[in-house]
This record gives sequence, C-alpha cells and structure tokens, in this order.
Amino acid sequence: MPFIPHTEQEIDEMLEAIGIKDTDELFEEIPSHLKISGLDGIPQAMTEMEISRLMHKRAAQNREAVCFIGAGAYEHHIPAAVWQLTTRGEYYTAYTPYQAEASQGTLQLTYEFQSMITALTDMDVSNASLYDGASALAEAVLMAVRGNRKSKSRRILLPRTVHPDYRKTTDTIVSGQNIELVEVDYDRSSGTVQLDALKQAAGDDVTAVVIQQPSFFGTLEDVDAITDWAHENNALVISITNPLSIAVLKPPGQWGSNGADIACGDGQPLGAPLSSGGPYYGFLCCSQALVRQMPGRIVGRTTDVDGREGFVLTLQAREQHIRRSKATSNICTNQGLVVTASTIHMAILGPRGLENTAAACHANTRELVTQLTGIDGVRAAFNSPVFHESVLLLDRPAGEVLQALAEQNILGGYDLGMDYPELGNAMLVCATELRTEEEIMAYRTALQAVLAVETPHKEIA
Amino acid sequence: MSEIPSELKYTKSHEWVRDEDDGSVTIGITDHAQELLGDLVFVELPEVGTEMSAEDAACVVESVKAASDVYMPVSGEVIEVNDQLADAPETINDSPYDDGWLIKVKLSNPDELEDLMDADSYDAEIAED
Repeated sequence: MPFIPHTEQEIDEMLEAIGIKDTDELFEEIPSHLKISGLDGIPQAMTEMEISRLMHKRAAQNREAVCFIGAGAYEHHIPAAVWQLTTRGEYYTAYTPYQAEASQGTLQLTYEFQSMITALTDMDVSNASLYDGASALAEAVLMAVRGNRKSKSRRILLPRTVHPDYRKTTDTIVSGQNIELVEVDYDRSSGTVQLDALKQAAGDDVTAVVIQQPSFFGTLEDVDAITDWAHENNALVISITNPLSIAVLKPPGQWGSNGADIACGDGQPLGAPLSSGGPYYGFLCCSQALVRQMPGRIVGRTTDVDGREGFVLTLQAREQHIRRSKATSNICTNQGLVVTASTIHMAILGPRGLENTAAACHANTRELVTQLTGIDGVRAAFNSPVFHESVLLLDRPAGEVLQALAEQNILGGYDLGMDYPELGNAMLVCATELRTEEEIMAYRTALQAVLAVETPHKEIA
Repeated sequence: MSEIPSELKYTKSHEWVRDEDDGSVTIGITDHAQELLGDLVFVELPEVGTEMSAEDAACVVESVKAASDVYMPVSGEVIEVNDQLADAPETINDSPYDDGWLIKVKLSNPDELEDLMDADSYDAEIAED
C-alpha cells in the first residue's frame, strides 16, 4: 500500500468537491481557544548535516557504565538473533495492517505471543499487548470496575508496594471516571503489604485489589493469602508481575485457590533493551469470565472453508469500530514491533532459558546484597525474601552516594528518597544475569570508598 | 418479511414489550432487529434490582457485525433477566419473541405503555428504513 501524500491539486479538487475553502474549515467546530498556533520549546528544523553533528556530540556524552538499577526496567542479555529477525522487512512495522487477515504472518506472531504469555502467567486469555506496564495497570483497573458486578463501590486497593509510576499513571487515567484508588501502606520491617492493612482499607465493599509480585521493593508478597481474602470479599485480584520472574515464581493464574482475575505487567525484560525508557510494551491477561471487558484485540487460530489453518482477529469487544461511541478501548496496534522482538526472545530462550535467566538474576542479587551489606554503614531495609531487587539503607543520603558512584561509571541503584521518604537513605539495587562477580566486587570496593570519604554526620563547628 | 406479533408493543429502536397485565412487562428485541444484527455472540444484561428510566441503555447485544445497546422502552425496576442468554445468545436469533426475551421490568409509570407503537405502526416504521 503506497503512502503518497496528496498533491496540492488533489487537495484543491477535494476541497472544491465538498465545497469548502481550505482544510482549516474541516476543524472549525473545535473552539479557537483549544487550538494552539505553534509548539513552544521545539527547535527550528535542522539540516541532516546539522542533526548528525548534534547527535554525534550527544552520543559522545554517553559513558559505558555498569548498571545495578532496576526499578521497573531491567538490563538483560538479548540474543543477537532477536533484533536481527525483528528488523527483517517482513516484520519491521509496529502496525497491524488494515485487512489484518491478509497479513497471516503478523497475526500468527501475535497468536504465538498470546500463547506464550498465557503459558507464562497461567491465565486463560491474553490480548495482543498494550503500551506499557503502567497503562496496562490502568486498563486492568477499568476492566475490574466494568467486570465486577458484585461490587458497587468502584474502590480499588492500591498498595504502596506497587511501582510509584504505575500508581501515578493509573491515577491519571482513571481518576476522571469516578474510581477511588485507596493507597495501602506497607509493613516497615517486611517491605510487603499486610492482610490487616488491606482489611482496614477495604471498608465494606472493594471492587479490586492490586498486588505487585515481586513488589517494587523486590520483596515477595503473600499473594495466596491476599488473593483468597480478596475473593472471599467479592473483590477481583489484579496482579502486576515481572514476566521473567514468573519463570521461577508462582504464576498469577495459580495464586490462592482460584488465581488472579487479571494479570498485567511490563514486557520489557523479555527482549526490549533499556534504551532510555522505551519503547516497551504492556501485557494484559485475564480469566475467561472477563474476556469481554478486555481492551485491545485477541488473535485466534481457525480453519478456512477448505479446512486450512489460518489466523483471524477473534475478539475486539471494546474497540471503536465495534462499539462506536461506547468504545472503551483505543489500543489497536500499539507496540507490535517490540512484541515481535519479545516473542522471538521467548522462543529463543524457551521455558528453561527463562528459568535459568531468572535464577541467575536471583543468585546475583543475593550475592550483591551479601557483599554490600558487609560494608559498615550499609544494611538491608527489609527481612523478606526477594527476587532480583533489594532495598539497602545507607548512613548517608542515597542521592549523593549514587552520584559519587556514577562518577566511577557504576550506576549503583535507584534513590527511593522521592517516593518513600519515610525509609530514610534508601536505594533499590538490582543485579541481573549480566552482572559478573568482578563487577559486584568492584561495586563493593567503590561503595566502601565513597562511604569512607566523609563522616556520616557533619559536625557543626 | 420479519415477524411482528400483533399483541406486542414496539419502539423505534426495535425493542418489543409484552404487557404481562400484573404491572410488569417483558422486553426483547424484534425479529427485524436480530435480522439486522446477524448472528448474536454475546449479551450483556443488567443486574436484577436496577432501576432505569425509559430510553436508558439497559443491555448490550453483540453480533459478529456490531455491538448495540438495547434501550428501556419504559421506566421501572429490572425484576428478572434471561440468564440462559449468557451461554446461548443465538437464542435471540432463533426465537426473538419467546425464548430470546431479555429482561422483565416492574413498571414505575404504566402510562408509558400508551406511548409505544402497535404492530401496524412498527411495520410501517421499518418499511421506511
């Protein structure tokens, strides 16, 4: 399909045919105060030579650093074949083509993706993906409010152990829809949300409970007890999981007696490079009972009139071409290319490869925590088991320490001061399968040196 | 030609209403409506006990072509819903006026029945479409 812009002459012909002067008239119904005349802060156009010079200059500022930061995006080994295959011409688009069924390869790939994600999460159905983990949580909340007809309150319990960005994004997306997000505090010694705190926040009617496993702190929540409690109280359970972690942890479909109702998360750990924060993709799965509340689309496998296997768009129950003005979903194509990479990544690693990777992350993080807490002035914040992240408490502000480490090309962790000031000088550290013993020891040596430079408390002269 | 039973009342939006003569009515979609929609694959019904006004969207019927709202022809409280439709939405295609009924409503304003169309008017109405 060629994408050739209209010529001036064609535009004039079209305008004349519909009887208007210029294209602006098409948008006349938009009030003038809502229109913007220009974009502030966007520089003037540059020539290719100028932009190339600028970009080389910017690229030269990048330094090779060893990364111990997780906090929602993780540096993993991505086999070279993943993006080699993804960038082949046959795949190299983010779009689901119009007349989707004419592109059987794209549909088959989406079908494989859905199959792999449902196998990982042990859920009934998966959609073809969303923008990212944070917006997937917002969609999961909207699904729960539509789908839980036993509950009238539109109250969602959202523990503070859920990623702060996910909570902010969800608030932005759902707050205008008369949905109440109730923050639930975590236990200071375990770094997990306690059933008592949930019970206290619940009131007499809760629509859904959100659980992140592993939590933002890396700790493991008591997902079975929380899931069963939620179901006993007619609340749905929304899980957020790191898809890599469920290669070794209990998948959401098996939480408690009946499993989570909706499972979402960010697919970045499965084949997407960090690349300054995106593009990543979100995954969203649910039980069969909620499938019609699911945004986006589901690809299914079928047979044609001659009995040959084929793939079709099976369900798009919330989208605008089906629901018109009642649509609750406008996801459509979104992150098709990243999903392509992720599907190939999962296929190359296989279940055992994913499990080995997850186990290596866990082992490296344990080693990192052991090494770092061996230093005077560093201790673990919580006493819970973790997957591949852990909160460490320092005797000096984490921001300063991390800055000093960065100067030695060590990205030492994520400063929790902004989102969790009550923890004091806290940072979140992570060691994926990429981190070597040498790197962990180098981090220990550097941190020890940084902490030794100044006394923890400045004396007032 | 679609079937239009003479004992029922109708709306322009293709709902039918059967007066049960006990202060309640049964509501469904017409034969003409199910023909327009094609094979139905999903029906979303309201909760029993829901109070609604005439013209409120009460149900969603989804076919292989489109999803459409079913509007309340009259005001009242939903006292029964056709649970059979959850597993067999095609019942509406097979039997729009009997087994394919959607909801039963206790009338809050029985005078509203007077505003509905009779079979002849509805027949004329769909002939115009």
